[in-house]
Amino acid sequence: MSYYFAIISPLDTPLFEHEFGTSKSGGDGQPRFTEQARHLNQFILHSSLDIVEELQWTNGQLYLKVIDKFFQNYITAFVTASNVKFLLLHQPTTSVPANAAAPNTAQAAASSRVNSTSVGANPTSPQTEEAIRNFMNEVYENYVKAIMSPFYKAPNMEIRSPVFRQRVAAAGRKYL
Amino acid sequence: MSQPRPPNGPSGAGTNPSVVLPKETSSSHNTTLRYPSNGKTIYHRHLSRSKTAELSQASFAYLFSEMVTYAQRRVTGIQDLEKRLNTQGHPLGLKLLDLLLIREPPRSQSRPLNIITLLHFIKINLWQHLFGRQADRLEKSSDPNALDEYMIIDNEPLVNAYVSVPKEMSQLNCAAFVAGIIEGVCDGAVFPAKVTAHSVGSKEEGEMWPGRTVFLVKFQDEVLEREALIGKG
Repeated sequence: MSYYFAIISPLDTPLFEHEFGTSKSGGDGQPRFTEQARHLNQFILHSSLDIVEELQWTNGQLYLKVIDKFFQNYITAFVTASNVKFLLLHQPTTSVPANAAAPNTAQAAASSRVNSTSVGANPTSPQTEEAIRNFMNEVYENYVKAIMSPFYKAPNMEIRSPVFRQRVAAAGRKYL
Repeated sequence: MSQPRPPNGPSGAGTNPSVVLPKETSSSHNTTLRYPSNGKTIYHRHLSRSKTAELSQASFAYLFSEMVTYAQRRVTGIQDLEKRLNTQGHPLGLKLLDLLLIREPPRSQSRPLNIITLLHFIKINLWQHLFGRQADRLEKSSDPNALDEYMIIDNEPLVNAYVSVPKEMSQLNCAAFVAGIIEGVCDGAVFPAKVTAHSVGSKEEGEMWPGRTVFLVKFQDEVLEREALIGKG
């Protein structure tokens, strides 16, 4: 599974972006998006903002689970108290074109067939939902720490801290 | 800084927020970011660590007097001064909203969806955090022409403890700073509002609490419109 994660401000500006791959079931943590898909990802993610803004008033939970699907791309949303959106696009490994990662695909596909309930293979299973919830909560904690900095002008300033990026990457390795 | 800045470091790249390079992870090696000598950044601190910590009121009063003096420079009038105090408080509210929510136990973590939940959050959580007690009263305006107005009442605001307002500025209430914090919380939670502080100590039942302050929260029309839609929903 490949992931694209973005933090979007209440004014719809991206504050932070990160791409990573699954580290579960033998994944190497590298994203397997094609160059074309990487541009499309941003577009898909932003187009789901409308759905988030509708849902956030019917459900007071921070974690909104999978809210949108575009072909093989699933979007999970998390809305903070101050209306900052965390969006995660996840794409199961099986949809990766054969030429993108030729030596690994067969192996990866085989392993994902074996554990069809594992986090890496099934984007809508309860296990995946729970894993993403943990990921989001950990990112939220670090986000709050980021905005606690007196030099951070909430809520519309890009987060550039390399420590924050390391923390997000670590959360991705730990849960997804 | 003694080190030369690398051309592509995180401080140089991407002034436009939409141009973040996804492959930036490797740039953490050549960054000019300087860590504190013990290696601990703000990310290493636990968010609930200072939950029960208290600040000396004397030092707060000293800082607050400096803030009022600062705001008072080149102001055109009392309204302008109150507006500046409000502006100083606003970012605090925006940030406190997230901090106070994350300190709640995970089960009861939820975003305020209607005006009442939001005002309760302010009256209880925000006041408890800032002043160590809850606000004294929460009221809805009884005027049928002002259904968008709510009042949070504090009998003796902590910020005004050592403030004596001169006669000629009797309209001034320095709790405008706290009004700014409230406004920040409301704006952050997408309930855009105007919040103002008014002294009501000298009137009616004010004998007992000469410093009584009313924070008048006036929500914008869109908030009430949405409230009606959700209520039906």
